Amino acid sequence: MLPPVFGVLFDGIAYGMLLFLLSVGMSVTLGLMNFVNLAHCAFGMLGAYVTVMLMKNFNWNFFATLPFAFLAAAFVSVLVERTLYRRLYRATDLDQVLLTIGLAFISVAAAAWFFGTTQQPVAMPSYMRGSITFFGLNIGIYRLFLIAVGIVVTILLVMTLEHTRFGAQVRAAVDNQRMARGLGIDVDRTFAVTFALGSGLAGLGGALAIEIVGLDPHFAFVYLVYVLIVVSVGGLGSIAGSFAAACLIGISDIAGKYYVPQLGGFLIYLVMVAVLMWKPAGLFGKRS
Amino acid sequence: MKTMLYASAAAAVLALVSTAQAQDTVKIGVILPYSGQFADGAKQMDAGIKLYMKMNGDTVAGKKIEIIRKDVAGPQPPVAKRLAQELVVRDNVDILAGFLLTPNAMAAADISAEAKKFMVIMNAATSIITTKSNYSVRTSHTLPQVSATMGAWAAKNGVKKAYTMVSDYGPGHDAETSFQAALKSAGGESVGAVRMAVANPDFSAYVQRAKDLNPESIFVFIPGGAQPAAIGKAFAERGIDSAKTKILGTGELTDDSALVNMGDTALGIITAWTYDHNHKSALNEKFVAEYKKDNNGENPNFFVAGGYDGMHVIYEALKKTGGKTDGEALVNAAKGLKWEAPRGPMMIDPETRDIVQTIYIRKVEKVGGKLVNVEFDKVENVKDPVKAAMK
Repeated sequence: MLPPVFGVLFDGIAYGMLLFLLSVGMSVTLGLMNFVNLAHCAFGMLGAYVTVMLMKNFNWNFFATLPFAFLAAAFVSVLVERTLYRRLYRATDLDQVLLTIGLAFISVAAAAWFFGTTQQPVAMPSYMRGSITFFGLNIGIYRLFLIAVGIVVTILLVMTLEHTRFGAQVRAAVDNQRMARGLGIDVDRTFAVTFALGSGLAGLGGALAIEIVGLDPHFAFVYLVYVLIVVSVGGLGSIAGSFAAACLIGISDIAGKYYVPQLGGFLIYLVMVAVLMWKPAGLFGKRS
Repeated sequence: MKTMLYASAAAAVLALVSTAQAQDTVKIGVILPYSGQFADGAKQMDAGIKLYMKMNGDTVAGKKIEIIRKDVAGPQPPVAKRLAQELVVRDNVDILAGFLLTPNAMAAADISAEAKKFMVIMNAATSIITTKSNYSVRTSHTLPQVSATMGAWAAKNGVKKAYTMVSDYGPGHDAETSFQAALKSAGGESVGAVRMAVANPDFSAYVQRAKDLNPESIFVFIPGGAQPAAIGKAFAERGIDSAKTKILGTGELTDDSALVNMGDTALGIITAWTYDHNHKSALNEKFVAEYKKDNNGENPNFFVAGGYDGMHVIYEALKKTGGKTDGEALVNAAKGLKWEAPRGPMMIDPETRDIVQTIYIRKVEKVGGKLVNVEFDKVENVKDPVKAAMK
């Protein structure tokens, strides 16, 4: 029999993986492209609605919808990036915030218009429900799946950004745009692809989140808070940082609710304050 | 100060003018969150109001009923107060109605008390709202009315030990204290309680904690909307078996939309509540059929019933006063009013102006392949326990 602390750790990491998928895209756009995209979770919500609609109206299997949640969010984000965001890459933070928060509001209203304000039902395949017992611990099967997805995505991302030609182009474009252009790198295209990748991951995260937290039009705002916490605690532009921060926030949230429910969901804010006082640039942040 | 004087003088003149014009109509100002997070509930209550007017005509005691709708867009007391004020001063309404959310009802009650306007609370369920204005009545329920009934019923039916899980805000605290008090006074025992953060997407930790204590039963109160499904899934995932651990709650937990989301994990949950569209009565069958006709085949819920019954109280009170609309006359006419509603027999308590009604004990079962709240027991003539204790 393992003590309950392992159960808390497991649940915390699973929840952290969800936060990681939702926030890693924002960490990339904010850290690498210096663009404040507060509409990030709106793309997550889009992915979630795609999954719900495919399952509800076309009886698709949950897993089959996941790639489409990713693609839909990525595709729409490229449209938005090409038409709106690219004009503001050199604008002030305030301009970017105003535009993107406006888009987030629009997305909430649009989702309410099309899908109503109620919770969207999804029925997971029965083999994903329930839990298995492992040395006396309850291991939720779906949570196990979340952790697996989180780890795979992390590895793929790190490999892509650190070890591929595309990754090198992204880093070059960020460090010195003029120089990168001079070397023949298509910076516009690189940014568009990076942006699509980040938003696509948010779409995937949104779709995966439905089973744990549900889906309604306020998704775009409710999770923005958590995403911003993860990004700031982890440090901008750092994938490892986002991963560590998401785990830390996930575990402290679950541990707080389990051991000190009086504190409720407040513990994560204390953790955030503590980390940022210790390291103002975040756990893995390079610049302050 | 001067402008205030002018403004109120102008308002008074306008009021006189419009009273003169409006002798043949009764204006009802309905304040609901038609937009925002609670828009669905507002829409449903509004449909209940419309349905009553459709089924009973829009003329009472020789007066035409006119509804003026105002959108408060969420839990925003200052806005609700301003809207109530505008309705009374500018639109010159005779009656204030609607009120999905407690804070809005509390704010508007001040205006009702000051302007001596009859006020009908059609949903907001915190006990004390009706004490804020002597001209207010309620046609929904109070949360203690429901949760205390659940507690007493549980203790009488072999559930002696209960763990409570409630949302950490006003109504949650109400539900917790009234459930525990009723359980104890009927011989039961509370074995622990947790108050869960309101903005809480993941319930697994709270449920795990409950599971580790292995209680005989768990009482849950959480607001309707996103959370019932999330907590239902957490129960299933943690392997809490409703055959061994009884899950008790108020009706929000197993509302139709929540049941769709929870799926079979909802089976066996026992709730105490006022209205369900499966309630067996001739009147309810007609009510459900008429409602479905106008609302794309959707089933009515407690919001609809609250709006429908609220209109009934207004109509009956107006009949009694012969069309007189001053607050004093209307509220006196409403006191002690008894009627047969879609949910069963109801009465406005002549002392507290709050609702007295039957509370049904239901269990989620599968009927014809669909999850349904099946009524299997009931407690009649339940008053609000908080006001009974105040005396």
